[in-house]
Amino acid sequence: MTKTAPAAGFVRRLAGTLHRRPRLQLSLLLTAPLTWLVLAYLGSLSALFLSAFWTTDSFTSSVVKVWNTDNFTTLFESDVYRQVALRSVGVALAVTALCAVIAFPVAFYTARIAKPRWRPLLVVAILTPLWASYLVKAYAWRLILAEGGLLDWLLGPLGLEGPGYGLTATVLVLTYLWLPYMILPIHAGLEQLPDNLLDASADLGARTGRTFRSVVLPMLLPSIAAGSVFTFSLSLGDYIAVQIVGGKTQLIGNLIYSNITLDLPLAAALGTVPVVIIVGYLLAVRRTGALSSL
Amino acid sequence: MNLSRPARITLRIAAGLGFAVIYVPLLLVLVNSLNPDRSSGWPPPGLTFHWWADAWHSTGARDALWTSVKAGLGATAIALVLGTLIAFAVQRFRFFGRETLSFLVVLPIALPGIVTGVALNTAFRTVLEPLGVGLGMFTVVVGHATFCIVVVFNNVVARLRRMAGSYEQAAMDLGATSFRAFVDVTFPLVRSALVAGGLLAFALSFDEIVVTTFTAGPGVQTLPIWIFSNMARPQQAPVVNVVAAVLVLLSVIPIYLAQRLSSDTATGSRI
Repeated sequence: MTKTAPAAGFVRRLAGTLHRRPRLQLSLLLTAPLTWLVLAYLGSLSALFLSAFWTTDSFTSSVVKVWNTDNFTTLFESDVYRQVALRSVGVALAVTALCAVIAFPVAFYTARIAKPRWRPLLVVAILTPLWASYLVKAYAWRLILAEGGLLDWLLGPLGLEGPGYGLTATVLVLTYLWLPYMILPIHAGLEQLPDNLLDASADLGARTGRTFRSVVLPMLLPSIAAGSVFTFSLSLGDYIAVQIVGGKTQLIGNLIYSNITLDLPLAAALGTVPVVIIVGYLLAVRRTGALSSL
Repeated sequence: MNLSRPARITLRIAAGLGFAVIYVPLLLVLVNSLNPDRSSGWPPPGLTFHWWADAWHSTGARDALWTSVKAGLGATAIALVLGTLIAFAVQRFRFFGRETLSFLVVLPIALPGIVTGVALNTAFRTVLEPLGVGLGMFTVVVGHATFCIVVVFNNVVARLRRMAGSYEQAAMDLGATSFRAFVDVTFPLVRSALVAGGLLAFALSFDEIVVTTFTAGPGVQTLPIWIFSNMARPQQAPVVNVVAAVLVLLSVIPIYLAQRLSSDTATGSRI
């Protein structure tokens, strides 16, 4: 008892000091995480983007630290890069649209048609694939789309063939991978949709289709926007799924990857493209108020 | 909305198809691990457990699994500490740059993995290598922790937002020091949020391939890296099939745990 008393007194004094000085508390809380996020993460990120303004000596392939915008000129003037950038944005948009179209009936069923008792279980059923490995899911589609695989076998009797590996396969697989991210916000949005609005719409003489267009869809837009943040930005940065099922398809991620060892400044310049597009997309979506509902 | 009967039936069928599309690939992985044929054509000519025995003895896969677990635990531990610190700062204090900080936390996961990966790779090589720290387990853990912070942060912030600060004040009015109030009052209240956040952080780290590619040295091979590099080798196909099936089966564990936790923290999205 005599031994612990001074220690306890010290702890009490320290606690008192901290309690009277909220600024000190705050700085103790923030020092470690800020060092990590600002110094380590933001620091290396800005270093990377600064290096986009350097060049690579084509002879020794070492980085020359002379300030210039050659990489960005190459980026805008080369047909290949422009094509690949447009293709990547196209893929991301197609995946987002497909996800929304597939997610809607599923979410409508789980949120409004299924018996309330089953709904929590159905939400778990939507969440479950998110816990399965990304690679395993992409690999599963590699098996499905393989020559003589499941899809060929299913379509064979109809005289059709699967798309094989390529751009279509990439869009399909990315849609599959990110679909739950779209179903969940739409499900949440539909669940919160008040019944009396729908009744009011029906009372005013609107048929189902009209109610859907004029009441349901406008109220769901923030949910769809929230889901699209995931489907769009995850698709835009992806380069693994393309390698697994894309055949020879090149997306912007592949270009960055293939330039890293040979020409880091160019890779950094290429890396700014998805970052700028994603930040722009986030800012645009933020105006719909969707981000606060995430 | 008063839907007509045909509309209801159509939606039911569409939802059924949707769920089928979600689950068929996962089931296919399970069945394919029993495929006796090395080529993965459909339908399989028979079923065998032979490859499961083979995979059990595959040292490459086992080492990779162990590496993944270690990296995941390390990253989760760091993310738990840093994410909780930021959550308390953001929720309990008003300070300059508070909004920016919430945005900064999300950034590592919002930006494409390849950008984060390359940035960290360059930084590690210019800063750490002169100090004698090469790319390896340490850099993998640092990279993973950076994007895992956000899931812990989100879970803890959500809990703190709904938790009145009056509990702690009551404890301190009753004579507890702020440390004592934290241990006896605050911590038990945020514990399940920490478990949920930690679970998500581990799952994210365990599944990460892009950032790992750039932060792991040549000697460090996590399970995703192992799968990716063996996927295209016909010789290894049966073992890859089994590992994939095992991962599908293992994903039941976090789902079960998440359900045991309070619904508000666990059923949210992974981000």
